[in-house]
Amino acid sequence: MCSSPRRSEKDWSPVVMPVQGAAGPNVEGAARQVRLPPNAKGWRAAKRSFRRHWQLYLLIIPPVAYFIIFKYIPMTNAVIAFKDYNVVDGVWGSPWVGFEQFARFFDNPIFWTLLRNTFILSTYVVLVSFPMPIILALALNEVRSRFFQRTVQMVTYAPYFISTVVVVSMTILFLSPKLGLAGDVTSFFGMHAIDFLGDPDFFRHIYVATDVWQTTGYSAVIYLAALSAIDVSLYEAAKVDGASRFQRIMNVDLPGIMPTAMTILILSVGNVMAIGFEKAFLFQNSLNLSQSEIIPTYTYKVGLLNADFSQAAAIGLFNGVINLVLLLGVNAVSKRVTGTGLW
Amino acid sequence: MTKLGKTGPVTTRSLIAVTGKKGMRAGGNRRGDHQTQIKDPLVDRFFMIGVYILLTTFLLAVLLPLLYIVASSFSSPLAVSSGQVTFWPVDFTLEGYERALGDSQIMTGFLNSLIYTTVGTLISLTLTVAIAYPLSRKDLWGRGGLSLGVIFTMLFAGGIIPTYIVVQQLGLLDTRWALLLPQAVGVWQVIIAVVFFRSSIPDELYEAAQLDGASDLRFLWTIVLPLSKPLLAVIALMYAIFQWNSYFDALMYLRDPSLYPLQIVLRNVLILNQATPGMDAAAQIERQQLADLLKYSLIVISTVPVMLIYPFVARYFNKGIMLGSVKG
Repeated sequence: MCSSPRRSEKDWSPVVMPVQGAAGPNVEGAARQVRLPPNAKGWRAAKRSFRRHWQLYLLIIPPVAYFIIFKYIPMTNAVIAFKDYNVVDGVWGSPWVGFEQFARFFDNPIFWTLLRNTFILSTYVVLVSFPMPIILALALNEVRSRFFQRTVQMVTYAPYFISTVVVVSMTILFLSPKLGLAGDVTSFFGMHAIDFLGDPDFFRHIYVATDVWQTTGYSAVIYLAALSAIDVSLYEAAKVDGASRFQRIMNVDLPGIMPTAMTILILSVGNVMAIGFEKAFLFQNSLNLSQSEIIPTYTYKVGLLNADFSQAAAIGLFNGVINLVLLLGVNAVSKRVTGTGLW
Repeated sequence: MTKLGKTGPVTTRSLIAVTGKKGMRAGGNRRGDHQTQIKDPLVDRFFMIGVYILLTTFLLAVLLPLLYIVASSFSSPLAVSSGQVTFWPVDFTLEGYERALGDSQIMTGFLNSLIYTTVGTLISLTLTVAIAYPLSRKDLWGRGGLSLGVIFTMLFAGGIIPTYIVVQQLGLLDTRWALLLPQAVGVWQVIIAVVFFRSSIPDELYEAAQLDGASDLRFLWTIVLPLSKPLLAVIALMYAIFQWNSYFDALMYLRDPSLYPLQIVLRNVLILNQATPGMDAAAQIERQQLADLLKYSLIVISTVPVMLIYPFVARYFNKGIMLGSVKG
């Protein structure tokens, strides 16, 4: 009595079926699989599931409400990019203006500067921040002293927990010509004190350096996990073939972590335009603005400081769409070239 | 077998070198090195020297700035502003800490951050489990569409202004809820939880509980959650650290200084160089020196709570990252 409902429930489950099919690959078994679940899909199954598991459906109401209110309604609110938003008429009552907001943004002389700044900064970050954790993980993996290995790992991991505000403050303190370490170093070499933060040419280097400082140890963990999953016999085979350590890294380790690395690369390239607002905003000052103003910081200023909601929404939408297209594009290319994709 | 025997020493050596596990102790090292001198070709020995130099550089590059900050925070204002401090306190004093802890603005921020972190983590954790557990169940109708709906928010977002409008319309501006709700659920955390539930709660357990007449919620509460303590710890800590460190939402949604979290106060004091009410008229040199010292102490104070829990959770954290790297 008890087993029959359980069985029928399993039968229409899409996950169980292919597994059973794979276990018994004969044609007869496969045919039986297809015949067995009667009315497996559709509303009857839904109704039965609702009745039996109403508690689960009750449970998902609050989180689903969260996603609708704070994720999907903002997406519909993004229509103000095609409107001239005013608070009185609200999102849907404000007059449509078509692509005027976008045209205004593209005609703005700052547009190309913003695009260039955002693109260069994030490409720079990806180019440097992508290989660093791989190098760290490969090096850690070679070390035989467990104590040394763990110490390096623990210490390099720690900055990930420090807030952006604190990292930026520390950097400013270090680089301050007045009392920072940088002042000591430059004066030691007999140079004039350099105002690193006031010079727009240094902004990107500082940004990338702090990024590497903060995330390398954390990102290396994933690669260490991938490395530990590599079949030991591969190393032995390589060793027997007389491969040096470096050759083993190049021919065993690197291919072994390739899928992981590709996934991470796709994600970071796909997020090229979504580079973090926080750090760039905190490093900004009136002197370095020519290189530190990026699309997210500009959106914030237009939207919240100038209260030009529609213009800011248009810029945000423009950025979001470019980002989505990039992600899909990189994923498609990677799937074709390396066979690794996000889905 | 014979082959294995012949390459015996090589096998153990490479195994140790590769996995870095297998009972390697500090004492076992020396023997390993000794073998290296016999076994490893010259190229490999130079290579290992390079590896150690590289790792030491990494280690120092992270450690020294932190040491400098901590050392400065315990030094006298004069030593700090004249640049005498390197990696050890000069003229040890707790003045910076006394000043920081005595400042009402900083203390308010600290308490606010504590509230946001504890309440926010609770809310986030509850919501995450509430969606992740049903999503991990095969008998939830429509879970494919639901997962897609959740994951899509990772790829595309409305943007800061459309979100701001929602917060505004809900009347959450300038309330604590503005920091607790809009970012309550992280998609990544949901994925990690779903993968965990799916891989470590066996179906048999559920079937047995069902036979005993346990409802879904009862099963979740008495069986699943107790079995998922490591997962809950990881997710709670991810949320807690996110809350403790975040400042952008507060920048957008809050105007009332009595609601400011610590990070906003930090930004005002450290980056914008705004004098706190307790130390007005920073014209005097001594005041200025003290203000500089205060910065170092503040950095330490705001980071210590996170760093204190870090060693205990680092292991769990690694597991969490790895869980997330498994494709669900």
